[in-house]
Amino acid sequence: MSVGIVMLVHTAFGRAEQSARHWAAAGCPVVIHVDKAVPRVRYDAFVAALADVPDLKFSKRYRCEWGTWGIVAASQAASELMLNSFADVQHVYLASGSCLPLRPVEELIEYLADRPNVDFIESATTSEVPWTVGGLDMERFTLRFPFSWRRNRYLFDRYVALQRRLKVKRKVPNDLEPHMGSQWWCLSRRTLSSILKDPDRMVYERYFKRVWIPDESYFQTLSRQYAVKIESRSLTLSKFDFQGKPHIFYDDHLQLLRRSDCFVARKIWPHADRLYEAFLTDAAGAMKKTEPNPGKIDRIFSKAVERRIRGRAGLYMQSRFPNEDWENGVTAAPYSMFQGFTELFEDFETWLARATGARVHGHLFAPDRVEFAEGQSAINGALSDSPTLRDYNPEAFLTNLIWNTRGERQCFQFGPDDNQRINWRVAKDPNAQISVITGAWAIPLFKSNFNFADIRSIAAQLQKNESDHMDVLRSTYAKARIRIWTMAEFIEAPMEPLQGILDEIGRTKLRRLSEAPRMVDLSGFGQFLQNLKNQGMHPYMMGDFPVEHGFETPQEKPRKPYLVR
Amino acid sequence: MTNASPLARYKLRLRRKRMLWRGFRSRRALTEVANRTAAIKPGEILLFACLRNEALRLPYFLEYYRALGVSQFLIVENDSDDGTREMLADATDVSLWTTPASYKASRFGMDWLTWLLRRYGHGHWTVTADADELLVYPDHDTRDLRELTAWMDQRGQVMMGAFMLDMYPKGPPDDQEYHAGQDPCEVLQWFDAYGYWVQRQPKMGNLWLQGGPRARCFFADEPDRAPTLNKIPLVKWHRSYAYVNSTHNALPAWLNATFDEGGVEKVNGVLLHTKFLPGTADRARMEHGRREHFYNADLYDGYYTALAENPDLWCTNSTLYTGWKQLEALRLMSRGGW
Repeated sequence: MSVGIVMLVHTAFGRAEQSARHWAAAGCPVVIHVDKAVPRVRYDAFVAALADVPDLKFSKRYRCEWGTWGIVAASQAASELMLNSFADVQHVYLASGSCLPLRPVEELIEYLADRPNVDFIESATTSEVPWTVGGLDMERFTLRFPFSWRRNRYLFDRYVALQRRLKVKRKVPNDLEPHMGSQWWCLSRRTLSSILKDPDRMVYERYFKRVWIPDESYFQTLSRQYAVKIESRSLTLSKFDFQGKPHIFYDDHLQLLRRSDCFVARKIWPHADRLYEAFLTDAAGAMKKTEPNPGKIDRIFSKAVERRIRGRAGLYMQSRFPNEDWENGVTAAPYSMFQGFTELFEDFETWLARATGARVHGHLFAPDRVEFAEGQSAINGALSDSPTLRDYNPEAFLTNLIWNTRGERQCFQFGPDDNQRINWRVAKDPNAQISVITGAWAIPLFKSNFNFADIRSIAAQLQKNESDHMDVLRSTYAKARIRIWTMAEFIEAPMEPLQGILDEIGRTKLRRLSEAPRMVDLSGFGQFLQNLKNQGMHPYMMGDFPVEHGFETPQEKPRKPYLVR
Repeated sequence: MTNASPLARYKLRLRRKRMLWRGFRSRRALTEVANRTAAIKPGEILLFACLRNEALRLPYFLEYYRALGVSQFLIVENDSDDGTREMLADATDVSLWTTPASYKASRFGMDWLTWLLRRYGHGHWTVTADADELLVYPDHDTRDLRELTAWMDQRGQVMMGAFMLDMYPKGPPDDQEYHAGQDPCEVLQWFDAYGYWVQRQPKMGNLWLQGGPRARCFFADEPDRAPTLNKIPLVKWHRSYAYVNSTHNALPAWLNATFDEGGVEKVNGVLLHTKFLPGTADRARMEHGRREHFYNADLYDGYYTALAENPDLWCTNSTLYTGWKQLEALRLMSRGGW
């Protein structure tokens, strides 16, 4: 009883020779198929190099191009030679020149000897496999593929399109149910010889020769006809990336491969000296008798694949510069933008920092300075407070800030006097929480000492900016969490909106809002607005404000914080 | 990338042809010192560099790239007087050309390199780097460039972008000690982890990355002049390619697509920039005097003056360099599917 190794080789002959000797030394007969594309000289040298190995044969050579029948023909020829020449072979293991046995061969022999009638071949119906590349799943079996995908991609695609248009639908002979799976299998003599000696073999061959990637379906489908017991998995550990390319193992995968407990792995980088040395110098280690466990490796690879497919949110860099709306997150983490609050409340920033534990900045986009929290001149790594640097690329400034400080909630003040270039970026960012009290920009003007003519023109400009910004926030493209109040609306019942904002920031200390920020003294504000109107400017962003002294709520006890509930 | 108008594309084509023509003409400026290119075998990885007075950095530079799997260095030496030429002529894996011609007039050495790349680089994976640039990429300590390029070959990717990261010491550069052959990162242990910004340049489709300590210290008032930090140092060369502006961008324009637009990440490296070794101030004074480093050198007077004052680039927000994993975590590079 033994295991016969069928080895498909097309490159890295040194390594192929090394592993062939390794198999042979453990008493496994080996049949090698060398790709016909390999030059005669190279082939002869390879044959000569292995001439001294007993029980090693070379089979008839076929041209093996990826996705074509050649690989199946090669496997068939080599398997026939194996079964005919070595009578005591009970299982045939299909391997390649870049496969590396990870556990002592005796363990594999023993493992298979314990399971004489089991065929190890990954085999699933087309509807159940997620890994078809190029959108061809069932169509692999119902269309014809005479053109090479590698060399004649154009003709390949055109011919597929044409057949779709003509509604070509080939019939699978004898109503077989097509199955697919990894091309690296290990079949019992019984199943393999049944496939090779099938009276209908020519019919199947004619059919599968025009199937796309038949090496993933020919044996997989036919073994379902004869097998006593199929274990639908491959004994060979082989990983594919999201493009369907085989993953290559390098020296630094040594520990990973050790832990996988698999019998064989592919593809191994030919220059991975440490791997070959570690696994081919016969490990005298005790028999482990453990089941192969490729799952450990899966987890590590799925992480890399996910990063390749989705990318890190909020990342703009050399490796990743998503087009607008392709970002998978404009920024890396949630943040809040407040407009009008710091104007309306005297101590809003310190109050907010106390209530939420977030980092609360001033006007980050102020014209003369970047108002970082606590007056810092730079934040987390050289994001400087120079307004020139910021205004050079304000979107990048914002995404950088959020990226640099991930893990800590960022809040900042904004207003119509600030750099308005980020408005769209923020409005379209689902991570943004935007709260606006419109018209509050008038309060600093109201408190200021400027000439009234200046105030009038500044007010007109600020109102226009704010109005444009509100159009952005109200547009259907906005994806942020947006709340807008007019000033009049807000000061009527400030606690409820504030509580709502804090709840949404979420990481509040779980108690109720007990302390409110102090509102500025607004007595005379109505008259101020009326004066603007009298000058011909029409302030409307603040909502309907009572003229004259009709509105004086907060000024009664201005210094005392009030309690709610 | 390809949605430019036919006219714009045609202009770029003409520009590329002009670059190639300039390269072809500049071949006469080069004097052969040691030509060992006959020893280049197919599939080997080559490094191209143009340098001047780099005797301090070269020993480590050569050793570093040899270990990364570079088989031969093709180097243009421009007007050195510190023994650089002798050092290079003696190395058995260096082919050396020398020229006294103007660095600026040859597009900062790119004309000479365009010629060498075209003549010797065709069909090879090529690294084009300055003597103060050390390439790192994910797993570079266990997988050399042969592995990386084989992987990219398999995926049909012909270039890899890299982000130029300014490394600096704690304290003024001239107060440090460095001896030739030492790993520069032992002296230049710090870098800016944050504070970079990126934008697209629609004309050639490349990214424009800026920021870092030099932008912070020298260009805070005119950020558009801050040094460009994106490079494309690793390309499977074809004789029809040409670098345009140092190795920041190349033509045909699709070579600049080192990044992914769909939101995923592509494999990318970092060039550790070892400019701020001791001697920075002298070098700045000399380069300033030679006026060979910028087309409009007057605009950079302030930069050179500041450099000549032996400035300390370190600040409390600087980050200590610990290796490629850190750079990947900080997103300064990506492994993509690699």
